[in-house]
Amino acid sequence: MNSPTKLRDPTAESSPVRRARLAPPSSLDGKTVALMDIGKSRGAEFIDRLEGHFKKAGVATRRYAKPTNTKVAPTALMQQIAAENQLAVIALSD
Amino acid sequence: MPDTLLPRDGLVIVAKRDCPTCVLVEPVMQSLDRAGPLAVVSQDDPTFPSGVRSVLYDDALERSFRLNIEAVPTLIRFKDGREVERTVGWQRQEWMRLAGDAAEGKGLPDWQPGCGSKSVEPGVHEALIARYGDPGLKSREIAVGNWDDPMEACFERGWTDGLPVVPPTDERILRMLGGTERKPDEVVGLIPPNLAPCTVEKVAINAVMAGCKPEYMPVVLGVLEAALDPLFVLHGLLCTTHFSGPLVIINGPAARAIGMNSGVNALGQGNRANATIGRALQLIVRNVGGGMPGAIDRATLGNPGKYTFCFAEDESDPDWEPLSVRRGVAPGKSAVTLFHGEGVHGFIDQKSRTPEELVRSLAMGLFGVGHPKLCDAGNAVLVLSPEHYKIFKDGGWNRRRIEDELFQALKRPGRDLVWGAQGVPEGLPPKYADQVVDKFQPMPDGVLIVRAGGEAGLFSAIIGGWPGQRVREECQAVTREIRP
Repeated sequence: MNSPTKLRDPTAESSPVRRARLAPPSSLDGKTVALMDIGKSRGAEFIDRLEGHFKKAGVATRRYAKPTNTKVAPTALMQQIAAENQLAVIALSD
Repeated sequence: MPDTLLPRDGLVIVAKRDCPTCVLVEPVMQSLDRAGPLAVVSQDDPTFPSGVRSVLYDDALERSFRLNIEAVPTLIRFKDGREVERTVGWQRQEWMRLAGDAAEGKGLPDWQPGCGSKSVEPGVHEALIARYGDPGLKSREIAVGNWDDPMEACFERGWTDGLPVVPPTDERILRMLGGTERKPDEVVGLIPPNLAPCTVEKVAINAVMAGCKPEYMPVVLGVLEAALDPLFVLHGLLCTTHFSGPLVIINGPAARAIGMNSGVNALGQGNRANATIGRALQLIVRNVGGGMPGAIDRATLGNPGKYTFCFAEDESDPDWEPLSVRRGVAPGKSAVTLFHGEGVHGFIDQKSRTPEELVRSLAMGLFGVGHPKLCDAGNAVLVLSPEHYKIFKDGGWNRRRIEDELFQALKRPGRDLVWGAQGVPEGLPPKYADQVVDKFQPMPDGVLIVRAGGEAGLFSAIIGGWPGQRVREECQAVTREIRP
């Protein structure tokens, strides 16, 4: 891609150049957490442990897995996760 | 940093093969090379001129830019690494004064003008400033990764209206600024809702993103100034739950000069100036002012015109008084009218043949603005198509007559309009029951009549206004002359 590397800000420049991360939720009450296994080895063990902790805390979870760890998740899967959950944990492990 | 490939003490000639004068003096360049030292900067051909040892191919035009070359050939003499003299074009006397007898050029004419340098061709110069010079822009830089798509970067940063924007690079911004004589740091006004100062440079950046051409800049600036007139109440229009957004109507030579559409599909898609000028205003409000849909913009439904809503009036009939003239701008001047428009409502009448029939019919259509039982709940724009206009013209009615007759036709007995009348709760308070009520405010503000559209079709368009227009002293359509 023949990409320019520099643009000029069209705004009033009242916000930082680096975009702020989304603030973490103040509570998990009533929220559903997606547990995403990206397919790396032992990722499922980590997800299992997290799932247990969430269950004890009374937080609903849903499990998802990428078809392969070598490629980005399919768009449909990411849309499904976004539609069904408010939060997501992605297991990265080796 | 000094250019080590140029002689510290000697001659530099900037030339291009495409220039007949450069070709003419090729033997002179060969002669000067023999006398040396000489470097020829060739803009378009690494093999030109032949017979010269040091030819520096300048396809990127960096040397030409740094040497500030405006025409070729340019002969420059350097001493101790500094330029001491230059001459442009071919003049035997001047060349011999700078370079000595080797520049005599026997057999050549005494004088022949040169050609423009490739480095100052339209668009190229701005690109070279962006690449090698100081663009002088004050807006902060936003870095985009080499592998990132700049269009997607604009989306991610929230700079777009939902459609792709043209990434605002220095090169494009400089070109856009070339469309106006106004200084980049001039503040045009404070943009609501955040009342952020908006410079000409910020206007240019957003105009680039909207897809404008540089020659649209005076119109874009005129539109913005009109929008910032306190009487237009841009802040209120922005945060309303109503449908309305800014509708831009352009009159005068500026509209024709930039090829705006006032004919077939004038309110639709397909014309760059129509599409991008209206969009530039919306992007400025969004980006500079912070007017975001769903945040301060609380429209229940909005309307598609909030992407862009801009067209020109058809002024081809000298008998017709243009909208801008009716609203106080001198004939022949370019002007912008801004109205709080809610969207296009099609009006069909294929049966009326006399002005009297048609004006009654139009009034029936106009009664529907807002709600058929509401009055003074916003004004309207009536876009009169050529075939409907012809009925008036053939009947001898001019703008003023149409306005007067329409105003009379838009009166109704209040008893039909009060709460509960016709089985509908919406309507006017009971005090109007014994009155004759006007649908709109007095002319010319009540209905802004403008001519536009394709030659075929007994259709006109009604564009309802905004209830905020009820208090005329506080809020109304605004017309302003466009400065060159």
